[in-house]
Amino acid sequence: MLDNFSIAGVPLTSRLLLGTAGYPNQRLMCDAVRASGCEIVTVSLRRASLSGHGSDTLELLSGYRILPNTAGCETARDAILTAELAREALGTNWVKLEVIGDRETLYPDVSELLEATRKLVDLGFVVLPYCSDDPVLCQRLADVGAAAVMPMGSLIGSGMGVANPATLELICRRSPVPVIVDAGIGTASDAVIAMELGASAVLLNTAVSRADDPVAMANAMRLAVESGRLAHVAGRIPRRGRAEPSSPQLGLVGS
Amino acid sequence: MKIYVNGVEREGAYTRLSELWAEQSRENEIASPRGFAMAVNGELVRRDQWDSTPVAAGDRIEIVRAFAGG
Repeated sequence: MLDNFSIAGVPLTSRLLLGTAGYPNQRLMCDAVRASGCEIVTVSLRRASLSGHGSDTLELLSGYRILPNTAGCETARDAILTAELAREALGTNWVKLEVIGDRETLYPDVSELLEATRKLVDLGFVVLPYCSDDPVLCQRLADVGAAAVMPMGSLIGSGMGVANPATLELICRRSPVPVIVDAGIGTASDAVIAMELGASAVLLNTAVSRADDPVAMANAMRLAVESGRLAHVAGRIPRRGRAEPSSPQLGLVGS
Repeated sequence: MKIYVNGVEREGAYTRLSELWAEQSRENEIASPRGFAMAVNGELVRRDQWDSTPVAAGDRIEIVRAFAGG
């Protein structure tokens, strides 16, 4: 049985947060969300194309905690407005804060991110900022009231896994708030590694939505996150550069 | 009077934001404003303020809702 954790005082059993974008169809999205065992799903907020938009994402996701993002925002101002619109539309004060500083790498703009976090916390939001895997930035975000920090494993959508495991482990060890590894997870072993390093949870989207079989991959991610967490809690053996036999060395036949 | 709804120019005689919403929701058969939110000139306007918020020529109005997202 996995140990629980909480964000902003809300106890959570699943340590996997799942994005809802890019699935081949909405049926597969729903099935994958269910298979992942997640409790929190992310959504975006966009201009409503009012004409002929039949499908209602929210209805399909009823029963899950909705985490709106500010994806695509490039300034604190736009991100704050998006968060306020999300709170009004969705009735949640939780926000996955993204403030992008570079369109090619989708790296966050650190100064805008800090400013937006500070202001949104003042406005009563539970802020989960997507950030670079920088221990100082993570500390500053926690200092200004972020409910969790969400350092990247690697670039958004890259599937490159955890690029800087030693740094991520340091962030996890020091962080006063939950660390949710967000972005870069490509397959189940990446999620295991993130959790083994001490992450509280993993947020992923593309690895599942673009898998050949999204539902099977969602299942794999559920198990990976559980497995990685259990291994972290269990405590791994130290690495060593030489062999050490596991069987007794005394009483060998013929000696 | 010209206004901009989600970046698209629109001609109409609206005095209150609620009139724009009523027209849009009627045209598109949207039963409830639940799940939607509006901003005027970069400022959120809460649903309970739609009826008391004036619309002026040149206003930039955003109507948003949730979509799939990562």
